[in-house]
Amino acid sequence: MTADRAAVRDAEIEGLLRELAPQVLGALIRRFGTFDTAEDAVQEALLAAAVQWPADGIPDNPRGWLVTVAARRLTDQLRSDVSRHRRETAAAALLPPEALVVPAVTESDEAEARTDDTLTLLFLCCHPALSPPSQMALTLRAVGGLTTEQIARAFLVPDATMGQRISRAKQTIRAAGGRFERPPEAELAGRLQVVLQVLYLIFNEGYTATSGPDLHRPDLTAEAIRLARDVHRLLPGDPEVSGLLALMLLTDARRPARALADGSLVPLDRQDRSRWSRAMIDEGTALITAALARGPAGPYQVQAAIAAIHDEAPRAEDTDWGQILVLYETLDVVAPNPMVTLNRAVAVAMVRGPRAGLELLAPLDADARMAGHHRLHAVRAHLLERAGDIAAATAEYRTAARLTTSLPERRYLETQAARLGG
Amino acid sequence: MKYVVLIYSNPRTWETLPQAERERVLGIHDRLLGEMRESGELIRVDGLTDPTTTKTIRSHDGLPVVSDGPFGEAKEHLAGVWAIDVESLERAIEIAAPITDYDVVEIRGLMDLSGYEM
Repeated sequence: MTADRAAVRDAEIEGLLRELAPQVLGALIRRFGTFDTAEDAVQEALLAAAVQWPADGIPDNPRGWLVTVAARRLTDQLRSDVSRHRRETAAAALLPPEALVVPAVTESDEAEARTDDTLTLLFLCCHPALSPPSQMALTLRAVGGLTTEQIARAFLVPDATMGQRISRAKQTIRAAGGRFERPPEAELAGRLQVVLQVLYLIFNEGYTATSGPDLHRPDLTAEAIRLARDVHRLLPGDPEVSGLLALMLLTDARRPARALADGSLVPLDRQDRSRWSRAMIDEGTALITAALARGPAGPYQVQAAIAAIHDEAPRAEDTDWGQILVLYETLDVVAPNPMVTLNRAVAVAMVRGPRAGLELLAPLDADARMAGHHRLHAVRAHLLERAGDIAAATAEYRTAARLTTSLPERRYLETQAARLGG
Repeated sequence: MKYVVLIYSNPRTWETLPQAERERVLGIHDRLLGEMRESGELIRVDGLTDPTTTKTIRSHDGLPVVSDGPFGEAKEHLAGVWAIDVESLERAIEIAAPITDYDVVEIRGLMDLSGYEM
């Protein structure tokens, strides 16, 4: 087999494993009850498949193969736990022998194969007791089917750090009483919000990466879109789910143009629009148009609509800033936060002039959530420059450059300061 | 967010501490490192050799000149570096606060290669 064909086959196997991961995990939890140990066993089965399938070929029933292997791992684990326990306490000897037998994979599993556990698993992995970094890591492993090593590479931390983070996350869920079931109706909307937020964080983690293509670093943007597609497939009528998927597509469409080969950032109005992905723009626009027709728009829909207006403009100067301003005003009502005000100020400046935009920024200086944030200074620098106040703009670009934690942003902001002030 | 915790220490202070007190403080270090290892927040930890072992390299007339001992006259010297990945700056401060009985601790963010559209 040529190296190319082997790579295609490996990619095919990896895609299949990722798709099956949540299904296999769901089947195991339903049979054995515990999320944390089942999740470990599924991870081992996925690793075993990644080694064996390329050599032996994909089995006829890949899902059944994975369930069987994972169930065997889990039983081995339970057996060794029990025998250790038995050595430690005589009472454990009372455990009935059938407690140690794995139920065989039967025909009824085929019906089960059609139940989709993805959403239930997402609710569990995005449990409110977890911090966002833990929610992201656990989601990528248990639902996305990525290995701990891949997730560690994506977040640029050592494998051991990521392994601990995932195992601690599972302990935290257990301690918080998290269960593998649909949250109660009263909590559903709030829990779905958390799931969407985690998927958007994963997306942004991938989208903001500017380092060149790294074959070993998984593409978190594609992963987030894949998971958002899953949620959209399961909840096709939820307009915010459509909105999030549309927002991801309409944003990711610009990725080929947003950074140069050396990693330097290209602002929206200077991007080569011929490099934007037409297919993603069309898909995202269709999604958001359909979602908006269904009634009052939530924050993801409004942001997607804004992204669509940017993407639809053939040239930067064709951008319909009037409409963008109306949408930011809507966003400021449905989801007010200082970042929205910041973006609204840019839109105001485009419609009514830079001084009007600067006035809107003034109260943000007193907002604790913006204190020390470079974007406030970067936007102010930009508006001051447009207003012709070059000295103040230069100083603001320098402040922004000192405050950012991103090297490409610092380089960009220093270049702006140098261009103006020398 | 990734931070480094830079621990500055005065070797003379350490030398004059009673053994039990030194062990108490080192126990706090061990406990914090263990907790961060368990929680998946610790990236790596390094201790530095005594400041007297420092080599300082400076350019002199365009040529590198090596001298013994640290740059500057400071009493506190960098003694250890922890690299951590935590949820927030507040969490980083919370982690570092218990080790400041005798040492000065600086927390600095690590730059990354990510970037938003400007």
